[in-house]
Amino acid sequence: MARSIRLQIRRYRPEDEREPVWESFEVPDRPEWMVLDGLNYIKDRLDGSLSYRWACRMGVCGSCGMVVNGKPVLTCATYLSALGPDPVRVEPIKGFPVIRDLVVDIEDFVRKLESVKPWIIREEEKPLSEGEYLQTPEQLAEYKQQSMCINCLLCYSACPIYALEPDFIGPAAIALAQRYNLDSRDEGTEERMDVLSQHEGIWCCTFVGECSVVCPKDVDPAGAIQRYKVKATADWFKSLLMPWGKR
Amino acid sequence: MSYHSRVDRRWATRRAANPEYEPYHPKWHRKRVPIFWWLERPSYTKFITRELTSLAVGYAAVLLMVQVWVMARGPGAYERFLAILASPAIVAFHAVVFLFLLFHSVTWLNLAPQALVVRLGGRRVPDRVVLAGHYVAWLVATAVVAGYLLWGVP
Amino acid sequence: MKRSKEPLVWALFSSGGMLAALVLPALAFVLWFGIPLGWVPAPSYEALVAEIGHPVAKLVLLGLVTLSLFHWGHRFRYTLYDGLQLSHLYGMIATLCYGGAAALSLLAAWVLWTFPLP
Repeated sequence: MARSIRLQIRRYRPEDEREPVWESFEVPDRPEWMVLDGLNYIKDRLDGSLSYRWACRMGVCGSCGMVVNGKPVLTCATYLSALGPDPVRVEPIKGFPVIRDLVVDIEDFVRKLESVKPWIIREEEKPLSEGEYLQTPEQLAEYKQQSMCINCLLCYSACPIYALEPDFIGPAAIALAQRYNLDSRDEGTEERMDVLSQHEGIWCCTFVGECSVVCPKDVDPAGAIQRYKVKATADWFKSLLMPWGKR
Repeated sequence: MSYHSRVDRRWATRRAANPEYEPYHPKWHRKRVPIFWWLERPSYTKFITRELTSLAVGYAAVLLMVQVWVMARGPGAYERFLAILASPAIVAFHAVVFLFLLFHSVTWLNLAPQALVVRLGGRRVPDRVVLAGHYVAWLVATAVVAGYLLWGVP
Repeated sequence: MKRSKEPLVWALFSSGGMLAALVLPALAFVLWFGIPLGWVPAPSYEALVAEIGHPVAKLVLLGLVTLSLFHWGHRFRYTLYDGLQLSHLYGMIATLCYGGAAALSLLAAWVLWTFPLP
């Protein structure tokens, strides 16, 4: 069956054009193909200059996020045949500057992620002789959902606030901060609160909720942010009304 | 940029069809967000509509105070006020505002399970239960308000 | 790093939102449709005045109105920032929204304070 499906790619070659343009390619319509397979076919056989990121091709590395038919998805996890027979539009992730074709500059996200210190912070490390930090299944369940984040940036693409407010640290960064805040081994909640409690931290968020809708790993960043708002508010009032409390 | 000679730059830009191309510092494309971004996706439009329900909430509060103020001015004023409320144009307007109030309630309560994680005895209460609890609270509040206004007052 | 004062207004916004969600639809239905259109047996003018005259009723009404107004103020502020992309008018919008809510709340307090006791 020599059926083919049309892929419309948003190309951008900064040395040739000021604005991105659409280019169409016909790729075979194989039932087992993902959108990523279509892109690889184009690069291998039709136009080797097509630029895009991918790695694990199984939905765990977070490299291949793109906007397909208007929705941010992992191209390695989206069936091509399910999107046909109309042309399938593939664009880069929204909200980030486009370097070339489907490749975006994610430096802004990396900086913001680093600012929330996404690692276990402890005042004092336990000596090795005392063994590992123990954690019950209930303690693990507290933060497990947020730990599934693969930094694919689909949530940043879906979040309208991230596109509007350049300093907003964004859903994944806050979700990952929460992953560590809720980890029983971590003692860094106060430190992270300095960044998160700024206007550009959690307060920019207006609970649109699209981030949780598009997340391929069901991290629910929107829920994590709202729960953190409740906690931050409670802490603020506590420190106001009971300033003698341990900080 | 001082380490690139002028000859380099002119050569590179002459080859490039885009006159704004800067070699070694390519112009990364950043799309401006259009003013009507919230019309581009149904989920965004629903979001903005949800946010605009705050106007209905504010209006209801103001009208409540207007009613109290009118009542302070005597039974005649109150009767005239009720007559205005009953006029077709105002009823139609209030019907729209009322729908916005309902939309506020429904969207607010539906978001409650995401914002609230309740743990009882070490296990997390399922979202459905949290949601049902909020709707029961809404039912109870409605009964209390309506009951008070229609039976508690007279 | 100084921490934002957002938690204060967010607390007002979220409690106002919950209260409004639970109470306003029923209130609006009775006051805007039920009583004016005669769908329900309306309480008499005298009975209503007597009820509102209670200090407790005045406090409840003031609380409801103030929280609803601050819910509007906070939410509308962000609607203007994001919906109309006016976040560069940060100060002006914050003053308009919170100032407006505060002013209207004070007005409500005055209306209730001067409401005649039966």
